[in-house]
Amino acid sequence: MKKSSTVPSGKHQRKTAGLDFETTWQYAPAPENTDHIKFQDRYGLFIGGKFCTPKQETYFTTQSPSTEKTLAEIAQAGQDDIDRAVRAARRAYDTVWSKMKSAERGKYIYRIARLLQERAREFAIIESIDGGKPIRESRDVDIPLAAAHFFYYAGWADKLEYAFPARRVQSLGVAGQIIPWNFPLLMAAWKIAPALATGNTVVLKPAESTPLTALRLAEVIQAADLPPGVVNIVTGAGETGAALVNHPGVDKIAFTGSTEVGKSILTSLAGSGTRFTLELGGKAANLIFEDAAIDQAVEGIVNGIFLNQGHVCCAGSRLYVQEAVAEQVIRKLKDRMESLIVGDPLDKNTDIGAINSRQQRNKIRRYIKLGQNEGAELYQSSCTLPSKGFWCKPTLFLNASQSHRIVQEEIFGPVLPIQSFRTVEEALAKANNTPYGLSGGVWTDKGAKIFNVTRAMHAGVIWANTFNKFDPTSPFGGYKESGFGREGGLHGLLPYVQFA
Amino acid sequence: MTTSELPDFSLVPRVDQIGIEERVKRFQIRSVKKESKIEALKLALSMIDLTTLEGQDTPGKVRQLCYKGHHLHDSYPGLPNVAAICVYPSLVGVAKKELAGSGIRVASVATSFPSGQASQSVKLEDTRFATSEGADEVDMVISRGAFLRGEYAYVFDEIAAVKEACGRTHLKVILETGELETFDKIRRASTLAMHAGADFIKTSTGKIQPAATLPVTLVMLQAIRDYYAETGRMVGMKPAGGISLAKLSIHYLVMLRETLGQSWMTPDRFRFGASRLANDLLMQLVKEQSGVYQSIDYFSND
Amino acid sequence: MAKTKRTRVNKARPGNSVRNSRRASVLRTYKVYINGKFPRTESGRSYEVAQTDDAAPIRACRCSKKDFRESVNAARSAFTGWSTAGAYLRGQIIYRIAEMLEGRREQFISELCANGTTQRRAATEMDAALDLLVNYAGWADKFQQVFSSVNPVNSSHFNFSVCEPTGVVSIIAPHNDGLFGLVANLAPVIVGGNTSVVLASESQPLCAVTLAEVLHSSDVPAGVVNILTGLEDELVSHFASHMDVNAVVYCGDDPSRIKLIQLEAARNVKRVVIRPNSQARQQPNPYFILDTQEIKTTWHPIGC
Repeated sequence: MKKSSTVPSGKHQRKTAGLDFETTWQYAPAPENTDHIKFQDRYGLFIGGKFCTPKQETYFTTQSPSTEKTLAEIAQAGQDDIDRAVRAARRAYDTVWSKMKSAERGKYIYRIARLLQERAREFAIIESIDGGKPIRESRDVDIPLAAAHFFYYAGWADKLEYAFPARRVQSLGVAGQIIPWNFPLLMAAWKIAPALATGNTVVLKPAESTPLTALRLAEVIQAADLPPGVVNIVTGAGETGAALVNHPGVDKIAFTGSTEVGKSILTSLAGSGTRFTLELGGKAANLIFEDAAIDQAVEGIVNGIFLNQGHVCCAGSRLYVQEAVAEQVIRKLKDRMESLIVGDPLDKNTDIGAINSRQQRNKIRRYIKLGQNEGAELYQSSCTLPSKGFWCKPTLFLNASQSHRIVQEEIFGPVLPIQSFRTVEEALAKANNTPYGLSGGVWTDKGAKIFNVTRAMHAGVIWANTFNKFDPTSPFGGYKESGFGREGGLHGLLPYVQFA
Repeated sequence: MTTSELPDFSLVPRVDQIGIEERVKRFQIRSVKKESKIEALKLALSMIDLTTLEGQDTPGKVRQLCYKGHHLHDSYPGLPNVAAICVYPSLVGVAKKELAGSGIRVASVATSFPSGQASQSVKLEDTRFATSEGADEVDMVISRGAFLRGEYAYVFDEIAAVKEACGRTHLKVILETGELETFDKIRRASTLAMHAGADFIKTSTGKIQPAATLPVTLVMLQAIRDYYAETGRMVGMKPAGGISLAKLSIHYLVMLRETLGQSWMTPDRFRFGASRLANDLLMQLVKEQSGVYQSIDYFSND
Repeated sequence: MAKTKRTRVNKARPGNSVRNSRRASVLRTYKVYINGKFPRTESGRSYEVAQTDDAAPIRACRCSKKDFRESVNAARSAFTGWSTAGAYLRGQIIYRIAEMLEGRREQFISELCANGTTQRRAATEMDAALDLLVNYAGWADKFQQVFSSVNPVNSSHFNFSVCEPTGVVSIIAPHNDGLFGLVANLAPVIVGGNTSVVLASESQPLCAVTLAEVLHSSDVPAGVVNILTGLEDELVSHFASHMDVNAVVYCGDDPSRIKLIQLEAARNVKRVVIRPNSQARQQPNPYFILDTQEIKTTWHPIGC
């Protein structure tokens, strides 16, 4: 075989310089136009189909985590307001919703889906302003998925006889639902859609820091002419949630949030006869095997932990790389982090937005400090952070150990501890070595290994050669302390029905 | 040199098609506006290999194209020239004469372009003819049939032989990705070509569909990146064929920037093989300047 | 042809102004729907459709076997795109058909009346057709979950069975219920990812043609649905014998017709689906979708 004399003789030397992503050509700011978005100064509670003043007339504020600007005053629902809401839901259930033909119920839910699609841009902008996530994510992921979720469950309303063999399906009554701040509108859709489709009525409490899209959803519900009281939205903080959980008039509680609060809900409800499902925290293991498509695996790692600022219960928040490719994967990951744009959520080019609140930002900072103290090696991308607002650079911790707290505890931020492994058994043992069990990831080109590893991982959602993919037809939920019950798909009907 | 110089294909990573396509979608939704758009349009112009490769090409046609190459739109001051004019070997002499002093390079296809179905001696002779006529760059085609049959040593040797025949002339190696079927094969061909001495790797001849696409180009850029990490040598990239819209060319620049970074953002390391793209870039530039959408009637059609 | 009580609805063609107004109305022509276009039959023939008293005569196209051949070609070309479009998209499109149909409620009701039914019956049929479409739209991304399975085989293999659309389906719509009958048999076929060629009811073809206009404005890709009008006696054997059609749906109870269809279908082992000719027994259900689905089972080792 001939060799050209012009091929450099240093063929096997290691790379010297890294890639330079500080290019002379930069993207100009590309802000989303928000002229058409207006907030009220003050929002009431949505009960019985109308907005009303809270009994004690107390309000709190919601602010934009990227500018720290106050956006609006939000009603604080007290015990009386919860009573009112539950009564409205009960009345709507008894007199209208449970008596309505199931196909008709379905048509109302279809209307909600269609109206969300129509006003999609408006919702996307509000979501980004209130919660801090990039407009690209709310526009392309959150809002379309929320509409799709309503579409999917609208279709089940008149088909429940086919869902469960040899069982006659009945609704439960009034569902109390408490949702988190990381996917505010999407979580509202995940809760409301199946509840309505199965014939229940709802009292929903959005997260304290992100109430605005839920309140806008209330307007859509009015426009859809949904019978008053079928959906009620009560804003407030932890006490409001507790009042809803403990209300004797509620037949079913659905909660998504931290494992800590989930356990306290279980404690409150012990012996009460109330049905409940929980979707709690996670610390998912992402396993990269040496025969993976490496570049795409790196993209999957980024999707798993850095997108949505790591505020994802099913985030790939522990990385395990097979030793033979560890150096390569880490190098590519560092390069990829350099091209991630951290900044204004309303800029269409932003990849990573603001941390949702000051408290969360401080919590993440504490964990980063802890990781350093524990002896893991810190690496962060070289991006500059804006001066106002709450931010965190994409962060790696190299040479982490299974016994580090940053590996065991959920940080809920863009922070990724990395370990290496040698064999499949070792990877599985480490992946399963956690009280959590929400999700996991496997990256390999070998089919048999995919089925083997996914079968052996103790988690409710396993992604093979992809990550953080959601679909209304696909059931989502955890094992162990990540909760129980499923949302999405046929199995997502179960939490809201009983068998006659 | 022995066969052990051939890259070990078991170390060439697999490529996941869906992962590539999802990454490409993110490039396509980058918003490039205002000053950054103008800068991108001008950069893209400077990266064009203005191309005519038709059976009916004549010296007259080539002369006109050469003139366009350094007079893209004289009523808009401060425009760059294109990077190169790309022609068949028989017209290299004409192009060379027309472009003397302009700084624009002359690239020539060779090795029985586009099919490459000829004896090796014919292909080498074709190459030597092009270089003797004065070509600054040679765009060769690989033997796709041999590659698809797994005859990697043959394909490798052929590239190395052409590289040798090129002497100091730069070599671009056309993979003809539209015939290679899968991303895995494109990745493998890219790595092989670079190890065999390519200065640039190029997607297509432009004579079959599909020609260049964003996903295929991303696969090749990732191969270039890994080769650089392994050897320290920077190989250039040329997507060719099917890129006629300015908007699309900006997607390519976004992809280049976020995959390889600053060192590749130059005509020395990235080219567009195109012909109609130039006018669409000019239309967009004039639109940015005047605020008004343009008509093709106002731009020279060479 | 069954005719119901004749009613004096109006004196001209449905949807047009009454004959004794001063303005001369633009009369409607009824064409067919092939590959997203509205041609006349290539044979140039037509036949008269019975109307209520005093109505101006209406003629519908008398389609030929060549029209059917063109339609099958169109359906075959459209199959790959439609079957891989994704369940969510198919559901959205069928929901959109309902939206568009709802908007043309009055036109359809008056057409049904002109074809010989009462206002009340027409309105009921219209509502039933609309609700049926909404029901099937909701099945698009669910029937797979009801009818698929993961099978616990006795070896180290991952084994799963899924539904796949059978391909091009020819449909002979029921004689009665010109709108509901057609929709009730078309919707389950296309929601499952098949493409189709429909022969409208010979006696009540008008709604079928107007329905084609609705489909065309509902983002249904060209070729997914093709609607022909004509004489069943002339066309039925082609609908049953064409070698590139994968299944035939016949709505009727004539035993000799059924036997003919099954004989012709045997040439290429077409799936033959016989459905009753009554509205009551065509209520939407997922088993009608299953009728034109294949089941594919795949094995893959589990190991390292």
